[in-house]
Amino acid sequence: MDRNRLQHQVACMRRSLFDQGYLDEQFIQLEELQDDANPNFVQEIVTLFYTDSARLIQSIEQALNSRPIDFSKLDDYMHQFKGSSSSIGAKKVTNECTVFREYCRAENAEGCIRSFQQVKQEYAILRRKLEVYFQMVRQAAVAHTA
Amino acid sequence: MNSNSGKGSMSTASSSAAWKTGDVVPDQFPAGLRVLVVDDDPTCLMILEKMLRTCLYEVTKCNRAETALSMLRENKNGFDIVISDVHMPDMDGFKLLEHIGLEMDLPVIMMSADDGKSVVMKGVTHGACDYLIKPVRIEALKNIWQHVVRKRKNEWKDFEQSGSVEEGDRQPKQSEDADYSSSANEGNWKSSKKRKDDEDDAEERDDTSTLKKPRVVWSVELHQQFVAAVNQLGIDKAVPKKILELMNVPGLTRENVASHLQKYRLYLRRLSGVSQHPGNLNNSFISSQDATFGPLSSLNGLDLQTLAATGQLPAQSLATLQAAGLGRSSAKSGLPMPLVDQRNIFSFENPKLRFGEGQQQHISNNKQINLLHGIPTTMEPKQLASLHHTAQSIGNINMQVASHGAQGSQNNSLLIQMAQPQSRGQLLSDSVGSHAPRLPSNMGQPILSNGIAATRNGIPEIRGSGYNPISQASSMLNFPINQTSELPGNGFPIGSAGISSLTSKGTFQEDVSSEIKGSAGFMPSYDIFNDLNQHKPQNWELQNVGMPFDASQHSSSVQSNLDIPQSVLVQQGFSASQVNGQNRGVGVVSKAMFSTVDSTEQGNGQNVNHHLNNFLVDNTIRVKSERIVDAGPANLYPDHFGQDDLMSALLKQQEGIVPAENEFDFDGYSMDNIPV
Repeated sequence: MDRNRLQHQVACMRRSLFDQGYLDEQFIQLEELQDDANPNFVQEIVTLFYTDSARLIQSIEQALNSRPIDFSKLDDYMHQFKGSSSSIGAKKVTNECTVFREYCRAENAEGCIRSFQQVKQEYAILRRKLEVYFQMVRQAAVAHTA
Repeated sequence: MNSNSGKGSMSTASSSAAWKTGDVVPDQFPAGLRVLVVDDDPTCLMILEKMLRTCLYEVTKCNRAETALSMLRENKNGFDIVISDVHMPDMDGFKLLEHIGLEMDLPVIMMSADDGKSVVMKGVTHGACDYLIKPVRIEALKNIWQHVVRKRKNEWKDFEQSGSVEEGDRQPKQSEDADYSSSANEGNWKSSKKRKDDEDDAEERDDTSTLKKPRVVWSVELHQQFVAAVNQLGIDKAVPKKILELMNVPGLTRENVASHLQKYRLYLRRLSGVSQHPGNLNNSFISSQDATFGPLSSLNGLDLQTLAATGQLPAQSLATLQAAGLGRSSAKSGLPMPLVDQRNIFSFENPKLRFGEGQQQHISNNKQINLLHGIPTTMEPKQLASLHHTAQSIGNINMQVASHGAQGSQNNSLLIQMAQPQSRGQLLSDSVGSHAPRLPSNMGQPILSNGIAATRNGIPEIRGSGYNPISQASSMLNFPINQTSELPGNGFPIGSAGISSLTSKGTFQEDVSSEIKGSAGFMPSYDIFNDLNQHKPQNWELQNVGMPFDASQHSSSVQSNLDIPQSVLVQQGFSASQVNGQNRGVGVVSKAMFSTVDSTEQGNGQNVNHHLNNFLVDNTIRVKSERIVDAGPANLYPDHFGQDDLMSALLKQQEGIVPAENEFDFDGYSMDNIPV
């Protein structure tokens, strides 16, 4: 396909990710770090994020399933998760993490469980969208200019 | 990377000339700055690394604190600055901070996704030169070089002017975004300076990066040397000049010794006359951080007396302490009065330092020295506790308070307070009470005589936390040796700072010292940590004799050994010693104190620092604590309570209380009433 067109599509999708609040300014920071020396920097970071967060999500699941629930540990995990999601600019995910932590501090198990579902959901949505996005980016990069 | 050596070369001009590449700002500091970044989150770590590389820094990344520490130890001069996350699985970021400060004296920037005030405050009190909120933006990293430059500049200046007070003159270059406490400190510092006693070296205790004067850190060893000298001369005949000569420590100034002597005398006085009443100390103890006086006992090594005697404690504090400790005997023991203030200083929460009558008595009788176990400080229980902690952490300033018999109680907190502000919250309250480093000996706890700790800060304040009177080993000034729980009292500067040191909350150090009524050397914190890791043999350059709490700063050095009760870092405001020239004086102590509190484990020294810091803060807080104390000291300061408030409170208090304090031997000093 025409490279210009692909690039245009990439730009549109990118804008919508921002407009819809999936990504925030921090993502732009990452993009700015990308240069010729690291042309795929953003993708690499995001991939790293997926790996790390999958691990955290699992830990949180386990902690939520154990009885009695260890809220401080949960808070700890979530703090980490929030830290990394905010580092890549995952806005919605980060917000859900904040909600979760509130419930955690209040030691509200029900609230934690519910909000964790939200966290996972937002995480899954973002992940899907970013995968599509990066795929387009890669295609545009190798496409020939018409 | 640039041809720049990466070593924080101070000449921006050259560095900018060296490269004007890409988007590098021309007058940006040095490319090639060697940064060590520590974070357990791989995503963040990678991003940071990339960002730092983009800033043209030389980056080393590390995902574990232990690894980072060993890297730093192996190559002490291999890095210019460290950036560390707060939450890490293997070691708390603050502990790492303390270690680094104590051992290597490098500027450390903390970062976290947590932007809560208390956490940020903790960073400040532990000596971080900056705090970044995640997600970190590259703009925030572009200017980190300023911390390196500032530190060097301060050290350099201290060098030149050891002993001369330079407040304000040497303002470190404040970069545009140096919005941290340094400016606040300066202000405080200046005001406190006014109160300083005749010694005019106001030690600013701001956090490391903005430290103006190197603070002398009274490490355990140094303190022992001091004690030896004093004993050789005879406590009555020990004058700073002679002690200085006997000690023969390069870089140590007469002012340093004088303030230390003050504290020590207070401590001794306290030991001798104070009855230990655990209850009183609650006052003002250093709120949150307070010097954990706890371990004063550990001060054993230190011989609080010495500490007290060193006069580190600001005269006021001493007096206060004495008064406190003596309850009524009011500083007779000849301890300089300033102790009183010191106490305040130390115990941030101790508004009470006022040993004034009433309260003091109350306190003094009671607690006094309980901080230091045995140190009959008038400090309130809390104080004692804090002292205790601090003492402990301080590495045992051992204020041999007990040995001194006399005062003992007075605020051994001096040391102790500093040490552990945390645990007891009272930080110094106790110590303060004990005034002079008398601490420990009886205390067993390292009441950190925070030099000041006992000084007044906490004197009465020692938060209820039970100050475990420093029963710890009687190490007198052992500043809050980790053992104890952290004295909430901010590690305030051991006594010395009287309260002045405390004022700067964040920077305690400055205020504390200054507050301390001028008493020169309010020994804010005896850095009992003793070199915590033995760091630098005290760079006395710092002249901060009086003021010393560089609570924050020293933390680095102090902290490392907070654990060692023995290592009471008596930082009286001496900034520095530990740190390379860092004058953390006060900070040190507090650091020690604080650290002890926090990290019992490693950082014994660290706690002390913290505490010390607390102490410093405490002093200022003292003012507040007064008020608070009434309210019920015990919860005065949650760990991170508004130190500022405390500081101001203390400051106010100090002012009120202090009046007489400066006199060094104010026997009849009636410490303001320290609300019991």
